[in-house]
Amino acid sequence: MVRKEFTVLNKLGLHARAAAKIVQTSSQFQSRILIIKNGREADAKSMLDIMTLSCPQGTRIELCAEGKDAAEALAALAVLFDNKFGEE
Amino acid sequence: MPPGNARMILKGIGVSPGVAIGKAYRVDRDRVSLVYYYLPSPAQTEKEKKRFDAAVDKTEADLKEIKSKIAGEFPEHSFILDTHIYMLRDRMLYDETIRLIGEQGINAEWALRQAVENAQLIFAKIEDEYIRSRISDVDYVAERVLENLTGQNRRSVAGIKERVIIVAQDLSPADTLQLQVEKTLGFVTDMGGKTSHTAIITRSLDIPAVVGLENVHQAVRSGEILVVDGYAGKVIIDPDEELLNYYYERQFKLDNYRKEVTRCAELPAETEDGYTIKIQANIELLEEVVAVIDNGAEGVGLYRTEYLYLNLDDPPDEETLFWDYREVAEIIYPEMVTIRTLDLGADKVPTRMRKLGETNPALGLRSIRLCLQEDELFRTQLRAILRVSGITKNVRIMFPMISGLGELHAAKDILNQVKQSLIQESIEVDQDLQVGIMIEVPSAVAVADLLAKEVDFFSIGTNDLVQFALAIDRVNENVAHLYEPLHPAILRMVKQAADAGRLAGIPVSLCGELAAEPLYAPILLGFELDSLSMNPMAVPRVKKIIRNANLEESKVYLQEVLQLSTASKVNEYLCNLAWRRFREDFELFEDEMGRLPAANGNPQ
Repeated sequence: MVRKEFTVLNKLGLHARAAAKIVQTSSQFQSRILIIKNGREADAKSMLDIMTLSCPQGTRIELCAEGKDAAEALAALAVLFDNKFGEE
Repeated sequence: MPPGNARMILKGIGVSPGVAIGKAYRVDRDRVSLVYYYLPSPAQTEKEKKRFDAAVDKTEADLKEIKSKIAGEFPEHSFILDTHIYMLRDRMLYDETIRLIGEQGINAEWALRQAVENAQLIFAKIEDEYIRSRISDVDYVAERVLENLTGQNRRSVAGIKERVIIVAQDLSPADTLQLQVEKTLGFVTDMGGKTSHTAIITRSLDIPAVVGLENVHQAVRSGEILVVDGYAGKVIIDPDEELLNYYYERQFKLDNYRKEVTRCAELPAETEDGYTIKIQANIELLEEVVAVIDNGAEGVGLYRTEYLYLNLDDPPDEETLFWDYREVAEIIYPEMVTIRTLDLGADKVPTRMRKLGETNPALGLRSIRLCLQEDELFRTQLRAILRVSGITKNVRIMFPMISGLGELHAAKDILNQVKQSLIQESIEVDQDLQVGIMIEVPSAVAVADLLAKEVDFFSIGTNDLVQFALAIDRVNENVAHLYEPLHPAILRMVKQAADAGRLAGIPVSLCGELAAEPLYAPILLGFELDSLSMNPMAVPRVKKIIRNANLEESKVYLQEVLQLSTASKVNEYLCNLAWRRFREDFELFEDEMGRLPAANGNPQ
């Protein structure tokens, strides 16, 4: 299992567009990937899960991946978070 | 009132300006009728899952086809369709429906409906209004799957042959995108508000639209003549010839007026007699800088910095603030950006402060008082602003809610300490950085002459000044009607502050909602302010009115207005003045004057 902490940096937070990008990226991997905020979990392959987790700008979250390609999955998602989902 | 008659006139919310006249085209979006039943055998459940899966496949293919058609035309909107495609396979909808079919032995329509209802329950609990409202996308996706399950088809908006006005209960983003722009004159819908997809898309396409009409879809028959007045938020159904002619003329005049206002947005606000006043923008978000530039504003007169602090458990760190301010300053360069330090409290309270529980928060621990008490919070923000000032040199600092010299000295002391420590760290700071204050507490007006000697500029904040001076909490509906920005006391206070600033030789600006009101522009000019700062959308028209005005005349108007005894008399004076002296800028916007309490009917 691989874990890493992130801060949501983009202005809009994990709204529809950012959530769609997370799903798009996560779905390319076999691993089970979770987004954890204050102990609540969301499936990183589910848009509705991510949106209903409600993460505005500045939210600290933890990504947690489990499976053969967990490290690669996390690295790919890290790029999204670091680039603020291409919003700026 | 316009001449003539119509079968019906409906009032809604105008979300995209302009006037459209044409034939109605009703888009029927009634729900598909559903049949719910239990499945007789496990073999049937397996078949049912496959039937559901096929309907989802079909829906996905449909959505992809729409996307490929519109991708070239609306690249920025096609992501909405992507989100719909992801939602189709979302475990909350897809996996849940499959599970319900298997576990409860119910048909796919029933199972999907249940999955959607579960999702609705989850969404209803979300605080963020934007995300909560996205349940409409879930409903929309489910409706499309249900159509494919039942084989029932709605009338598509893609097949429209002539130029029409679309009449619908609500338009989904995909519907809106399927519309052929060249065949769409206008939009009217039962549902929706200023921030709905329809509003955003119609504005970006420049198609007149009125939403929130409640029952327009029922009232209108396809083929009827409609007038959509996106300014007044009105829809006229089947007007007679006289009324129709009135609207043709109005359409022509408004289009011309709008073109002229937009075309001249870049021109300075220079009066006929050569007095120039800077027209700047108030912003709250980095994203708004685009609107600042597009609308011809000359810099940012008020950057409200609270947004980054709201909805957060901990305040943002120095780096986050630094990059945010730096981006705004760099985009606005070479114009100036006035950054107001934190004005938290009252109606803007971050999550962690909600526990204060003050009975009178507007007069409580807020704004500069809070900053002086929460030293670290304040220093972090000042460091970020000062660092940006050293790089871009176009930043000014403004302290809010200063009530007298004591607070000003305390705030300036901290600012100087932060400055010194940055210099010691060899971080560059703008040596000519200007430091000013908001004049929004009545006591600050009374000692404006003293304050003016110790700051580089004043900015009169009328929103709070009105609230404090008239002792009116404008969110309290019992007294909100007493909130009168034109109260003679307010005008005199603005005058006193403006005069004190001029006497001390410092620039004075005005940045409340007062500044954005076209009707007030002629007398605001009379105060001989250095700048007005307002929401970016208001800039072009205020600039145009000022270009038609004359400083010497405005001084006389102001003298006369200052003699009037009540707000309603001032208002009446301004309406008459607008009608008499600035008719071309107001005659098309009678609603604007009708909205003001003193203007009954046409001011003559």
